[in-house]
Amino acid sequence: MVLQVAESIGKRVLALCDVFGLFFIFLCEVLIALITTRLRLRKLFEQMRFVGVDSINIILLTGAFSGAVLALQSYIGFKRFGAEEFIGPVVALSLTRELGPVLTGLMVTGRAGSAIAAEIGTMQITEQIDALKTLTINVNQYLMVPRILGSVIIMPFLTVFSMMCGIIGGYVISVYVLNLNGEQYISGIKSFLEFSDITGGLIKSSVFGLILSWVGCYKGYYTSGGAKGVGIATTQSVVTASILILISNYFLATMLFK
Amino acid sequence: MIILKDLKKRFSEDGPFITDGVNLEIPSGKMTCIIGRSGEGKSVLLKQIIGLIRPTSGQVIIDDMDITKLSDKELAKVFKKMGYVFQFAALLDSLNVLENVGLPLLEKGMALKEVEVIVRQKLALVDLSADETLHKYPSELSGGMKKRVGLARTLVTDPEIILYDEPTTGLDPITTRIIHELMASMQKKLKITSVVVSHDLEIFKYVDKVALLEDRKIQYFGDAATIWESNNPYVHQFIHGLSEGPIQTELIHSKDKF
Repeated sequence: MVLQVAESIGKRVLALCDVFGLFFIFLCEVLIALITTRLRLRKLFEQMRFVGVDSINIILLTGAFSGAVLALQSYIGFKRFGAEEFIGPVVALSLTRELGPVLTGLMVTGRAGSAIAAEIGTMQITEQIDALKTLTINVNQYLMVPRILGSVIIMPFLTVFSMMCGIIGGYVISVYVLNLNGEQYISGIKSFLEFSDITGGLIKSSVFGLILSWVGCYKGYYTSGGAKGVGIATTQSVVTASILILISNYFLATMLFK
Repeated sequence: MIILKDLKKRFSEDGPFITDGVNLEIPSGKMTCIIGRSGEGKSVLLKQIIGLIRPTSGQVIIDDMDITKLSDKELAKVFKKMGYVFQFAALLDSLNVLENVGLPLLEKGMALKEVEVIVRQKLALVDLSADETLHKYPSELSGGMKKRVGLARTLVTDPEIILYDEPTTGLDPITTRIIHELMASMQKKLKITSVVVSHDLEIFKYVDKVALLEDRKIQYFGDAATIWESNNPYVHQFIHGLSEGPIQTELIHSKDKF
């Protein structure tokens, strides 16, 4: 009985090691393809447009409303202590360090990460990836490198827009809804916000770009079982990437903002 | 010559064998057909020949080289002299006919104008009008046209061996005949080694040799011209569509239960 339980646990642990091993080997192979093969610039720009430019509307909206609600909630708390002048710094620091990168990461995961998994998954089940192999085309170079590198490059740009919109959203609520002093809002940000807060947030967003595209490509590549399999791969890619983004956010925060 | 020696494949350690000791010698410059029931493992066998699926054990010898022992990089060299026509053409959805057929050349860095000249030649070989199809996307093509474009894409690398995975599946009888005649005429023109997986008995008119895959092994290998006179019980049952004989299917068993 004990032996059976131990065997069962052992099998699960080994299976888990297999999954993680395959996941990291997949990234290593993509990195090798990135270093050893010619970069397809046209494909890279296509992916940067798809992941970045096409996501800009949702990023602007989420950024603006996050900043707005943050200003509103901070006001309720700070008013009790007469510390309304700190609304600007709180909104700016929250958005540059945490909310900007994380919300951008999660929104792009939902929009572009899922699409990457679905597209590559469909290519896998319709044998398009096998066709590329038989035509001696390096699948990692052709499909994975542009998606992963494109996401890593474009995510900081998206995050900058998210941060800016968030700060503007907070300003609009502070000045036009809460009737606070606009100059105080801006001078507070100037006093408390450091350049390292912004760079830290942008580094985070690049890592989130890596995570969402890596998971999307991996889940898509290992899709099996027809249309249902594509659906499962897409869902799994969004869930896995979102969880990994939130977990890695904690560790990145501890490393970047000491 | 392609030699298959004791080829075995199963997808998991405790799973059933899909091919279990397949031995076959496919002659050079001839067209060989592998027939068998649906789900018998014909496509898996074909993918083992080209190296898309690694066999569990056994050898695939092409021009005195066992390709099962090759690394992915070495295997890419083997792919260069082989072409694979997929069951559902496996054209890349995001590319038009020109880009699909010319993909291997474009990826080598050849200019689009030079590629177009070659693509037009290959489309003419498969009886397709380049002017009408060149800029169409796969979604705009009929089933028969997709198969022809798939075939043209295979021919663009001037392969010595072509593997066809059920090239007439889902086509009407007229288009099926046209595709068969096209394959036969190309065989004569280009003197390539062809292996066709099919369960369409019409194919016997166009091929030189026939192999029957049943019960995970090759049960018959002989000339196509004499197959209708064969005394082999497997062949007899298969080509006459009899329910009585050595081939036992789940359908026959379930019929007995009614």
